[in-house]
Amino acid sequence: MDSTTFVAFLSSILFTIGALGVLLRRSALLIFMSVELMLNAANLAFVAFAHRWAQLDGQIFVFFVMAVAAAEVAVGLALIVTIFRTKRSTNVDDLAALKG
Amino acid sequence: MNPDLPVLIVLGAVSVASALGLLLSRNAIYAALFLVLNFGVGAVIYLVLNAPFIAVVQVSVYAGAIMVLFLFVIMLLGAERLSPGENPPGMSFQRPLAIALGGVLLGLALYVLFVRQPPTTATALADSSPMAVGLSLFGPYLFPFEVVSILLLVAMVGAVVLTRNR
Amino acid sequence: MPVLLEATLKSVVLIFVLLTGFAYLTLTERKVLARLQARIGPNRAGPLGLLQPVADGLKLIFKESITPAGVDKPIYFLAPVLVAVPAIIVFAVIPVGKGPAFQLASEINVGALYIVGVMGVAVYGITLAGWASNNKYAALGGLRASAQVISYELGMGLSIVAVVLMASSASLADIVEAQMPGNILGWFIFRQPVAAAIFAITAMAELARAPFDLVEAEQELTAGFMTEYSGMKFALFFMGEYVKMIAVSALFATFFLGGWSGPFVDQAPILSVVYFTIKVVACLLLMIWTRATLPRMRYDRLMGFGWKVLTPVAIANVIVTAFLIALGVPGYQ
Repeated sequence: MDSTTFVAFLSSILFTIGALGVLLRRSALLIFMSVELMLNAANLAFVAFAHRWAQLDGQIFVFFVMAVAAAEVAVGLALIVTIFRTKRSTNVDDLAALKG
Repeated sequence: MNPDLPVLIVLGAVSVASALGLLLSRNAIYAALFLVLNFGVGAVIYLVLNAPFIAVVQVSVYAGAIMVLFLFVIMLLGAERLSPGENPPGMSFQRPLAIALGGVLLGLALYVLFVRQPPTTATALADSSPMAVGLSLFGPYLFPFEVVSILLLVAMVGAVVLTRNR
Repeated sequence: MPVLLEATLKSVVLIFVLLTGFAYLTLTERKVLARLQARIGPNRAGPLGLLQPVADGLKLIFKESITPAGVDKPIYFLAPVLVAVPAIIVFAVIPVGKGPAFQLASEINVGALYIVGVMGVAVYGITLAGWASNNKYAALGGLRASAQVISYELGMGLSIVAVVLMASSASLADIVEAQMPGNILGWFIFRQPVAAAIFAITAMAELARAPFDLVEAEQELTAGFMTEYSGMKFALFFMGEYVKMIAVSALFATFFLGGWSGPFVDQAPILSVVYFTIKVVACLLLMIWTRATLPRMRYDRLMGFGWKVLTPVAIANVIVTAFLIALGVPGYQ
């Protein structure tokens, strides 16, 4: 097995664990961290394929994904802090105020 | 035999273990630390894959900035204790369904990667120095680069507006 | 294998030098502070007090190592290690002398970025120590530390960007070479004075040393994040802080004071190590002097200064530097 195949394999496992985290955990913080794990898994795949095809473009994409992740974290954590101030909780099930 | 493979197997094992730690942890601080470990291992994998620039950016952006922010928020809110994962009220089928869907996702990913595998052309990346990355960023990828910078600006303004004391 | 053996040997020597340097830095700091405050300082252990660090070390080893009730054990024990390790691994990319014999990995083309990354990771130890100690003073100290380091990291990174622009390389070996041509005016402290000032200020803030030592302000927070630590765990924190002092001094010398360059290094390469050591010691003495001179800042002023003054000035400096280089102004090609 060459490095690229192995890392692609690892990337799919990590992506699945991240997706499970999003689906199974109830804390907004944990869901958010799981999303970061999924983004990171995608990054691993990008770099692995950049390695196989000897192209830099995969690494450039990782760079952009990191920038988007940073932006997402800034806004997302601000939202969590604001919600925590009113609800005293980070549990997504408590955010049911609009439920009919 | 690929000389990098033993290193990658060890790194992969640590990486999967830390991801599972994140998934199963009862304490948000531990979850964040497992994620930091995962990102650190990711950086080493990037080094093995001949991407040193991405590796150090990974450490300084993810481990040095994003996860410190997570830890800071968890400590500030005092929200480290988490309830164990449970079905949301009125949805007793949610967890089994989620696990089944996760299995389907993994199966599909592995199918695409390994059954429909593209032809292998194992060539080494000649040059992935910061200079090559920079020339690419400010050359063919200049427009996406500018868009990302505006995105960061918008996110910054958004974060300030959201957390402002009124 | 010879490569690995050589790297291991160099690392062992480096760590030995750093530990000795740390021990005598504590003594120097106490002596110099005492002189600046018209006292004599430690002079009982050995001639001129030269054995004082040994006595301190022995005392700390034989102290009872207390683990308070209610701490989060794994993180409580991990935190001191997380403080000490980043402080040491920064040195991997710093060229301490001319030629490969005195350099470990200073050729790597992402050296400056590596430093930014390691400096960013260094905050974990302090933050986690504060959280794991189950003590309100420690928790406040940990929170202050993470906020302070996040705020000042930005200015430090941007000042390093200016240096990288000047040298048109992120390798520390190349950064030293770029300051060599001509005379002493080639040093980046003369060509990048704003970046040098910002680096010096942010470095002291990253170290959480006076006047930025709100993290462990004893009047308000007892000893901040270190309150619940004793014995060897406390010694590790102490070591981490002083080794980091040496590290940022070495970085300042490399980035702005021409690194190991100096007269006659081509004839006698060993001189380069001497020059580098002299520059590092000068920076260390300046830091001790600052501590003795300036009072502690207020917390809101600290944050305001970091975000409203240092960061904009650092961004402006990067832009101006880029323009000067693009226009080909003499000294900035």
